[in-house]
Order: sequence, then C-alpha cells, then structure tokens
Amino acid sequence: MFAFFLSSGLFLGWSLGANDASNVFGTAVGSRMLRFRTAAIYCSIFVIIGAVISGAGASHTLGKLGSVNAVAGAFIVAFAAAMSVYLMTLARCPVSTSQAIVGAIIGWNLFSGSLTDYNSLTKIVVTWMACPVLSAFIAVVLYKLIVFCIKRSKIHMFKLDGMTRYGLLLAGVFGSYSLGANNIANVMGVFVPVSPFSDISIFGVFNLTSAQQLFFIGGVAIAVGVFTYSKRVMMTVGEGIIDLAPVAAFVAVWSHSIVLLLFSSQGLEAFLIRHGLPSIPLVPVSSSQAIVGAVIGMGLLKGGKGIRWRVVGGITCGWIATPIIAALTSFICLFFLQNVFQQKTYRPVNYIITIEAMERVRSIGISTEKLNDLFGKDFSTAAGFKKALSEHVTLTPDEQDVIMTSAEIDEMDVTKDRISEISLGWFTEEQKKALHELEGRVFIHKWQLNEALAEISPQWRFRENDKDYNKNLQNKLSHIYRFFRYETGY
Amino acid sequence: MGISILKRKVGVEKQMDDFLDQVSESGLLFKQGAEAYLKGNNEAFEKKLEQIADTEHKGDALRRSLEEQLYTKTLIPESRGDVLELLENMDSLLDRFKGALWQFDIERPEINPEYHEDFKELINYVVEAVEAIVRSCRAFFKEIDTVADHMHKVIYWETESDKISTRVQRAIFRNEELALCHRTQLRDFVRNIDNIADRAEDVADRLSIYVIKRSL
Repeated sequence: MFAFFLSSGLFLGWSLGANDASNVFGTAVGSRMLRFRTAAIYCSIFVIIGAVISGAGASHTLGKLGSVNAVAGAFIVAFAAAMSVYLMTLARCPVSTSQAIVGAIIGWNLFSGSLTDYNSLTKIVVTWMACPVLSAFIAVVLYKLIVFCIKRSKIHMFKLDGMTRYGLLLAGVFGSYSLGANNIANVMGVFVPVSPFSDISIFGVFNLTSAQQLFFIGGVAIAVGVFTYSKRVMMTVGEGIIDLAPVAAFVAVWSHSIVLLLFSSQGLEAFLIRHGLPSIPLVPVSSSQAIVGAVIGMGLLKGGKGIRWRVVGGITCGWIATPIIAALTSFICLFFLQNVFQQKTYRPVNYIITIEAMERVRSIGISTEKLNDLFGKDFSTAAGFKKALSEHVTLTPDEQDVIMTSAEIDEMDVTKDRISEISLGWFTEEQKKALHELEGRVFIHKWQLNEALAEISPQWRFRENDKDYNKNLQNKLSHIYRFFRYETGY
Repeated sequence: MGISILKRKVGVEKQMDDFLDQVSESGLLFKQGAEAYLKGNNEAFEKKLEQIADTEHKGDALRRSLEEQLYTKTLIPESRGDVLELLENMDSLLDRFKGALWQFDIERPEINPEYHEDFKELINYVVEAVEAIVRSCRAFFKEIDTVADHMHKVIYWETESDKISTRVQRAIFRNEELALCHRTQLRDFVRNIDNIADRAEDVADRLSIYVIKRSL
C-alpha cells in the first residue's frame, strides 16, 4: 500500500522536474549556451544533493500537503497537483508547482469541509501580478548595470562568452540545489511518517536516515522528470517568449534568483531587522513567475517588439488554470476514491465548545455570552461550525480564528510508548524533559497540550518577533501531535 | 573542466588576434613587394613573394582551426555564423593580396616610371583600407562601441583609392605610346589592386550589421 501511495508523490516529483527545471536552466539552454544534456546532468545531480542534504532540515515538516490529514487524501492531492503540472508541461507552459499543490489542497478542503485559508488564495493572486513585475524591474536594472560593466572593462567576445556560460551554469546549479531542497518536502514530506525504510550507514561515515532515503527517491523522480520531459518548457522560457542573447539569458536567470532571495528570505528579513535596517516586505514569489517576468523585462528593455505576446498570453492563462485544474481534479478524484474505492480520504475534525474552550476564549477577552447557545454542540466539519458561529455572533476574522482553534477537538494521549516513538534528536534537553513530565496526561484540544508544555518550559513558548523560532516550534508541535493523536491514522 | 574552458577561451582569443595579424601583415608584405618590383629589386621582390605565401598558409590554418573550434566547442552561439562569415571575408582579403603580388611575378608587367607614384599611392590607400578593417574587427571582438570609428576610415580609403584608380586608368588609356594590349594589361593590374579596397568596404558593410546584432 505504501508503494502505491508513494507513486503519486513520485509522479508529482517527475512533473516538478519536467516543469521547474526550466526556471533554472531554461534561459541557458534556450540561448544555446549550454546543451540540454549538460544542463540536465547538472540539474539532476544538484536537485538530488539538495533534496537529500538540505531537504533533511525540513524533514520534520510535511510540506504543504501536511494539512491533508489522511494518507489516501494526500495521495489524491499530490496526484491532482502533479496532473495539472503535467498538463501545463504538455502545453509547454512554465507554472508554479506550489500553486498547483495549494489548488489541490483547496479541492480537498472543499471535499472534506475544512476551511480554506483565504490568505493563501490571495497570496497566489498577488504572486501572479507582483512577482513578474518585480522580477522584470530587477532584470532591467541588472542588465543596465552589467552592460555598463562589460563596456567599461572591454572584455573580449570569447572571454565574455566563457564568463556568461559559467554564470549560467552557476545560477543553474544553485537553482537546482534550492529547487531540490525547497520542493522535496512537498513531494515526499507526507510519506515520511509512514516510511518503511530504516536508517542505513555507509561505511560508518555517512548516515542516511529513512527520510533522506525517501528524499533521495523523490530527488531521483525529479531528476527523471528533468531528463525525460523538461526540454519543452525550457524552450518556452529560453526562446519562446523572445530570442534571448546569452548576456540577457544570464541576467534573466540571476534576477530570478535575486527576486527569490530578496522577497522570500526570512533569514534576510531577520538580519535586516536585527541590524535596525529597513526590511523588505516579504512578497510571495514563485520561481516560474519570476523567470518569466525577468525574460519579459529583457524584451521590454529592447523595445518590446521581439516579445511574442501570444506565448506570454498562453503562459498567463496557464498560471490561472493550474490551481483551478488542480482543485477540480482533486475534488473529483477524492469523490471517487471515497465513494467507489471506500478509502478514507480525510480524518473528520470535530468542533465542540467545551468548558475549557469557553474558558480560553473568555480569557483572551472575547465576549462568550452569545456562544452559550452553541455550548456543547458537536459540529462535524469546520465549515459547519463556522456557519453556525456566523449565524449567532458577529466576529472579526481574528476572533473567529481564536474560537475555531479553541473548539477544535483533537484528542491527544501522551503515553510513554508514544514519546519513545518520536525521534527526539531534534528537540532540546529541556523540551524532552517537558514532554516526559506530561506522561499519562490526556488532552482534548491541541492548544491544551501547547499550553501545558509552555507552562513547564519556556523553550516551548512562542517568542515575539522571532519568526524563525516560532516557525520551528510550530513544526515541532505539529510533529508531536501526529504521535499523540488517539487514532494514529497518519 | 573549469580551468580548461578558460584556457581554451584564451587560446581562441589569441588565435583570432594572430589571424588578424596575418591579414594585416599580408597588406604590408604586398606593399613592400610591389614597391620592390617597381624599383626593379628582384631579390627583395622574390623574398616578399615567399613571405606572403607563407602568411597566407598560416592565415588559412588559423581560420580553419578557429572555425572548427567555434562549432565543436559551441562558442558564442548567437554570433557564431557572423564570426564565421567575417573570418572567411577577412581571409579572402589576404588571398587577394597574395594573388595580386603573384600576378606581378607571373605577368611581369612593364610599368612606365611616370605611373610609379600613382601605383604606390594606390597601393598605400588600399593597404590603409585593409588596416582599418582589421582594426574594426579587433574592436568588434573587444570594444564594440568603437567599431564605427574604424569603419568610417575603411570607407574613406576606399573612396580615395577609387579616385586614384580612375585617374591612373584614364592616364594609361590617354597614352598613345602604349599598345592597346599593354594598356589593358596595366588597367587589369590597377583594377585588381583597387578591388581589394572595394572588398574591404563590403566586409565593413557586413560588419556594421553584425555590430547591430550584437549591440547590448
């Protein structure tokens, strides 16, 4: 069964490779500075290295699919995302795999009655517009700068050729590495908790964890996608939109990397804030949209006459179509899997306003008078609970969030056996001690576990203005929930 | 792999420079050889003849090696065709200088002393035109913005050599003392030399297109 479920993850990896390799090597191959074969070899090697080495840092997280709470559901969500990316690859259209996944998850949300985080929807729409514009702007500035330098330094045509080639290769290699590192969690993360692999040690020097073995397989799937099917999309990026000269190709791929770095790096944001510098607003970015924006920017700089607007139009339609197709496919497939094949595609999450929940809501400072009507009632879906809430009280989105999380039933049973199952290498000594102190306790809500832990140790408390720390802590919490849940269907 | 690519690039650059050196050298050898012929200095003439044949060989070898490298190593993919054409055109200039000097050896034309100065002047201008196109080529590879300055001179020297060529031909045909066959022979020589400047101008015209294509 594991192998069967894994297959859709591998399909997602394959289509990711077939589509996203164009972001990093498309301009190099399209401008004929690198042969497709050379690019594919470098890309594959570094995708796998990135997945195995850096992906491991994220191995405790489930990637975006983590919100899907049953493995059969995750199978369909991955399949739907992979399918829509594959269709876009057939249409030679560079699209964002993350957006496909978010689309597929929305399909699952609709099917399972979970709530869709409208934030992520707005994010996608903002990305469509902001990311290409930013990227085009940076490409134009960078191009002007580089041309100025080339003219000043009187570089020989052949030397410039060699340098451009190296620049393209370097950008491609780094890009491939981060492609592997950032996306492997989406491809394989969901399967980590159910992995049948055990750790292996190679000559006692390297130690490959089971997650890393899984990521290696995922990396290979991406690499196979790169080799077998990525040329079509590479050609769209590299020569479909405009005929790119090598220097322009170089500028396009580097400005795409700069956009990704500047507008998505929380590390950079934290660094700027720490040093009292004005921080850059973090805009959601997609590497496919960044590279297309950069290429169009190059075209506009040359007067825009060389741009094939038909291709650009096609790509834009593809961007809009991807999440929609993914959502539809996901919804329809879930329906079949649930009703025809009798598979459990989601774990129902119930909502009850318990005494504890009421207490918590009150302590935060929200009036609970009108909630009394709903007290003790059992709602089987998030959507149902939300509807009932809005019928009884008018709430701000934040207040509503608080009530929803407070009432979410997620029974946790902290037993010795379960604690021993968790790989605790990731936790600090103090955090481990706190976990052991809770042995034998039972919780009805997730937040109760959080609060109990926070009470014992400050290391389980969220910190203000420390995004990285909080994100890491949240990941740790999500990780332990999976072990303490009553029925570990996951 | 890394270092070898850079080394190869340096190799290609150097070969390109060497090749252009050969073209420029062939012009100078032609000038010296023709002057020696006019002076009647047979020994010096024979020597230049040998040297120019040697230069042409070297030029051919360099051109072939460059062309092969351009394609097998997939260098400068966007300008490869243009550079190839440029190489062939420059090589044809070299061939013409060699051919013109050998023509002196084959036909041994009798050039009246009254035309010597005009011949020298014509040769001078033609060589200047070729020198200017060689400089344009070097600029094309290193400093593309300055190509136009050099190309302008090609056109100037070509016009000047046209003027002289017309003047000399007219003088030859007005000279009643010369037999018609002698006149036509001299005319062919003048035309042959003048054609080299015309050819240089053609190369310059092509080059200006390559520059537009490559402009950043």
